[in-house]
Amino acid sequence: MHDFNYQKAGSVADAVSALKAADDGTVMAGGMTLLPTLKQRLAAPSDVIDLAGASGLSGISVSGGVTIGAMTTHAAVAGSTDVKGALPALAGLAEGIGDPQVRNRGTIGGSIANNDPAADYPAACLALGATIKTDRREIAADDFFNGLFETALAEDEVITAVSFPTAEKAVYIKFPNPASRYALVGVFVAKTAAGVRVAVTGAGDSGVFRASALEQALSSNFSASALNGVAVSADGLMSDIHASAEYRAHLITTMAKRAVTAVS
Amino acid sequence: MPTVSMTVNGKPVSGEVEARTLLVQFLRDQLRLTGTHVGCDTSQCGACVVHIDGESAKSCTMLALQADGAAVTTIEGLADGETLHPMQEAFRNNHGLQCGFCTPGMVMSAIDLVKKNPKASETEIREWLEGNICRCTGYHNIVKSIQEAAGNMGG
Repeated sequence: MHDFNYQKAGSVADAVSALKAADDGTVMAGGMTLLPTLKQRLAAPSDVIDLAGASGLSGISVSGGVTIGAMTTHAAVAGSTDVKGALPALAGLAEGIGDPQVRNRGTIGGSIANNDPAADYPAACLALGATIKTDRREIAADDFFNGLFETALAEDEVITAVSFPTAEKAVYIKFPNPASRYALVGVFVAKTAAGVRVAVTGAGDSGVFRASALEQALSSNFSASALNGVAVSADGLMSDIHASAEYRAHLITTMAKRAVTAVS
Repeated sequence: MPTVSMTVNGKPVSGEVEARTLLVQFLRDQLRLTGTHVGCDTSQCGACVVHIDGESAKSCTMLALQADGAAVTTIEGLADGETLHPMQEAFRNNHGLQCGFCTPGMVMSAIDLVKKNPKASETEIREWLEGNICRCTGYHNIVKSIQEAAGNMGG
């Protein structure tokens, strides 16, 4: 790992000013992805600005929807009785991220800002139609995820919270890579006031995406049988040593069927 | 160089570190607490698990500076003199280790589990150990050890 200047931000405003002042600064939330990235020298920021001490970024509130502070850990979301009550699929998703030690430190804000193509939270954001709140604005999930590791965030913008509307039905099921446990394909199905939304992670060449063919089939008939014969195109899906694009395409429909069955 | 201060196994410590110094490097190289191991250095194997303010964490995936002001517990901080911690004693009783390399991380991870879920089922114990790899594949006796310790820790 290359060395860097380490700074502790006492507030979100501090973090934004530190980012503006740095040559090539980055914020650190739990560090569960950033530190491995730095170790591999895939990034070499001039400054790492730690948000752990910034006030007001942790916590969960439920009123209508569920709002989760950016620095809230996966373990806190997984163990929250409020989240389990209002959006059990989200608590279940958090419980399935990494391992207990990663869940103790990894955060929702860090996961979303990184937008790893196999991360779990982006699927929840997109399927539920979440709103990502930052130090300066609110961004709809539909406008937030912009391809591999790319988001709508400006260089000096910091996520403060994510708000999820509740759903009539919501479920997330993933097919984990047997070794890494990252999603080879993860499918989040939500029946919401805005209609049925299906988001897929782990599979897309450009990261998380909505599967419109599955959404259309489920909109007219919310049942697993409605997905019989509905194929997802392999165009634009990843092919690697773990799975071909065709296999991933097949898994998407299969995982979606299992998801719908689980909440029917 | 920045200075870092924390409490390790109940004792206040401080030292100068580079910003990029990992917590596990600070513990092993500067404090000479070599019970915490580095296995994979990629957050997967769990040999480096310690407790940060009571929560288990992988010390290879934390900067020493992130632990500034925290209370850190390592495997060296568990025993009371010659009396082993109940989790250590259970690993000894149940042959819960073969080569022993993963053991410090297993013990630290297991204590966090029993604290959070004193009546964890065998399935829950195995799921919890997702982040701890035993390359001797001695999981069966590790799980037995944790079950016995949970009983002795008042679970």
